Amino acid sequence: MSQVSRRELFPGVWLRTVHTNKFKSSYLSVTLLAPLDQKTAGANALIPSVLRRGTAVHPDMESLSAALDELYGGAIEPAVRKKGETQCVGFAASFLDDAYAMKGENILEPAAELLGELLLKPYTEDGHFCPDYTASEKANLIDRIRAQINDKRTYATQRLTQEMCRYEAFGVDKLGDEEHVSAITPERLWERYQALLREAGVEIYYCGSAEPDRVAQALTRALDRLPVNESRTAPGCDVRVTAGPEPIVAEETMDVSQGKLALGFRTGGQSCWEADFPALYLCTAVFGGTTLSKLFMNVREKLSLCYYASAVLERMKGLVLVSSGIEFDKYQTAKDEILAQLEAVKRGEIEPWELEGSRRTLIGACMSTLDDQSRQEDFWLGQAAAGLEESPEEFAARLEQVTREQVAAAAQKLELDTIYFLKGKEA
Amino acid sequence: MEQLQFTQVGETMYHEKLDNGLNVFVFPKSEFQKGYAFFAANYGGMDMRFCLDGEWHNTPAGVAHYLEHKMFDTEEGNALQDLAANGASPNAFTSNAITGYYFDSTEKFEENLRILLSFVSVPWFTQESVDKERGIIGQEIGMIEDDPHWKGFMNLMEAMYKHHPIRVSVAGSVESIAKITPETLYACHKAFYNPANMVLCVAGPVDPEHICEVAREILPKQAGPIAAKDYGEKEQHQVVRSFIEEQMEVSAPIFHLGYKGDALVNGEARLRQELVGHLALEVLLGNSSPLYAKLYREGLINQEFSYGYESDPGCAFLVANGESKDPEAVRQMVAEEAARIGREGVNPGLWERVKKGVYGNKVRGLNSFENLCVGQAQAFFAGHDFLRFAELFGSITKEEAEELIAGWVMEERTALSVVRAKEEGTP
Repeated sequence: MSQVSRRELFPGVWLRTVHTNKFKSSYLSVTLLAPLDQKTAGANALIPSVLRRGTAVHPDMESLSAALDELYGGAIEPAVRKKGETQCVGFAASFLDDAYAMKGENILEPAAELLGELLLKPYTEDGHFCPDYTASEKANLIDRIRAQINDKRTYATQRLTQEMCRYEAFGVDKLGDEEHVSAITPERLWERYQALLREAGVEIYYCGSAEPDRVAQALTRALDRLPVNESRTAPGCDVRVTAGPEPIVAEETMDVSQGKLALGFRTGGQSCWEADFPALYLCTAVFGGTTLSKLFMNVREKLSLCYYASAVLERMKGLVLVSSGIEFDKYQTAKDEILAQLEAVKRGEIEPWELEGSRRTLIGACMSTLDDQSRQEDFWLGQAAAGLEESPEEFAARLEQVTREQVAAAAQKLELDTIYFLKGKEA
Repeated sequence: MEQLQFTQVGETMYHEKLDNGLNVFVFPKSEFQKGYAFFAANYGGMDMRFCLDGEWHNTPAGVAHYLEHKMFDTEEGNALQDLAANGASPNAFTSNAITGYYFDSTEKFEENLRILLSFVSVPWFTQESVDKERGIIGQEIGMIEDDPHWKGFMNLMEAMYKHHPIRVSVAGSVESIAKITPETLYACHKAFYNPANMVLCVAGPVDPEHICEVAREILPKQAGPIAAKDYGEKEQHQVVRSFIEEQMEVSAPIFHLGYKGDALVNGEARLRQELVGHLALEVLLGNSSPLYAKLYREGLINQEFSYGYESDPGCAFLVANGESKDPEAVRQMVAEEAARIGREGVNPGLWERVKKGVYGNKVRGLNSFENLCVGQAQAFFAGHDFLRFAELFGSITKEEAEELIAGWVMEERTALSVVRAKEEGTP
């Protein structure tokens, strides 16, 4: 079985190890946890991509690629994520596990060293990031930000959270915005990088066959250039308890053939830190989280009001976000029906097959996290950002205990906060 | 059951050929939560002409794929929904050579396996359901025909092959599927979906003997006759046309560059050729080759560049594809690099590095149950075992790769397919 442990390598620099022999690869990530902020989000998101272009030792993509080949075709990729109101930036790496090297050589140590080199020994010109790498990665990031509009489904949810959390950090996108990214210079980016290294909480993750002590030693060495700072902390997350007196309504018009209706609910203060959180989690699934849910079975399948309709839970921020694709003229009917389905959950009108089907799907997803190194890493990063220690197995066990009444009680606290509607030009 | 050890990659494979001719392969993984089952027929898009009980049949293009779509129908309803209600995620695909059905689940694995084996072995087609599917598949065909990457690849196949059915789309065309009737589907099911022409591969926390028991219980007791296939006249070494072009809605020209190889008969030689072909591509134009860096620097390729070795019964080739402002220059530079390698040989340092990289990536790929099971099914139909690659790998020499490059990357075997943006004013 796998053994999970956690220890502090330097002040505010934490290592989580999952010791297991079940994979052929070992997974390694280093993540800096910074408060999500409009002013810094773009630069923070840009930093790992610029770092990935070259180091003092391996100054270009070719030499980095050759170094990775030497490590049996390992992969190190920039990662930018958002967990609650924390922006998580860094690298995620996958290497052949030591047990499978052709000549029995160690891969963990040189891999950790390369990862540390990418984070801490960048290729520089005139004491800051090189203008060439900065400019081309800036262009890539702006392309990515602009491309968000291509996927209208994701875009609608993003716009919903933006409107809903206009005065909260959660409204900021993980990639930042075009305006701030465009203004970045190699010098300013370098300052941001130094500040990030000095201030951010650091979360390191390893999953593989090496003993935790060996992992700790390899990473302590690889990251020894990290500035010492006794007051490094992971940021918090502000949970708003109630919605405003009237829902905010935001509409946008674009040249689209399918309308998008997104509804944002506050959870009445329920979030991952509360004891009854599993009930809220199951409640969201029964409402709109699976193909057995009320939104899928009724709004989509039975009434054919939507092309798709689903609900997701933002567990740290305490939001339930409904996303649907509709004909433009179905706005009122679809909205009424989505709210009617929620009312049914509030009244506890949940069939045993709905409750159990959703519970089985959630528990299956939870347990299969253990079979996938990158999903497991993402789970533990989320726990680190929230300051929680509960494992997937423990959470699954709590899900087993949730009753129909608890699901209804969780639903009763949901309050509609914001409505976002994307409609076509001629509508 | 026969037990095969692949110690280098830490895998054990159980194998049994049941009395009805079905080959069962099981990879027990006691530490995993999830089980995965893959049930496949040695029958794909290219098996259009076949002989059963002394009679030759010529079936329309797209039958194997159409059959795959219709197999989920059961007398009682639809197997997809039965599996979903059990928390399983089912799906299927049809390639040139095989048709495969699969699911994974963390609970009720045995019950799900019974559903899988049952719906694939018991055909249930009505005129009405077959007619209804025609519209759905027609839309799917319309969608892929709009995909410039797919179009570019199919054009390359037409340019390279004169007779081989790899020239024909797996899904067929709207015209070809118009001829498909329930009788066609029953005839093809009878010819190819008998246990002697199929494999079952399972990975997960399962007991191999028990998997065989379930298969014995559900599947037909007797082996049926295996239909003989005909792929037409043997192919010449030369391509049919060295250049083919098409105009579509694309932002940059998309190219597919192909090198026609020598197809081998089934057996381990096919696996060896696949590994040599893969390594040859890496040293010739792979991510860490000198040519790749040069093409990238000169802006002749971008991050969309990819490459692979492909083989099916009766054909084998190398293909590289991507976006380029000047595809002809890419063809020219690859030819020059192949000539240089012919004169100077492959750099020994590059060879060792690339070998490590490819090996590590292949071993890391074994984390995926899907990769393991689909890989073994394909390998079995090609006459070898998937995991043998680990032992063969060490014995592959630089000279073999050089020989393959010298033999295949030559003018008469090269074809270039380009999809260009529509010119102003052309319809």
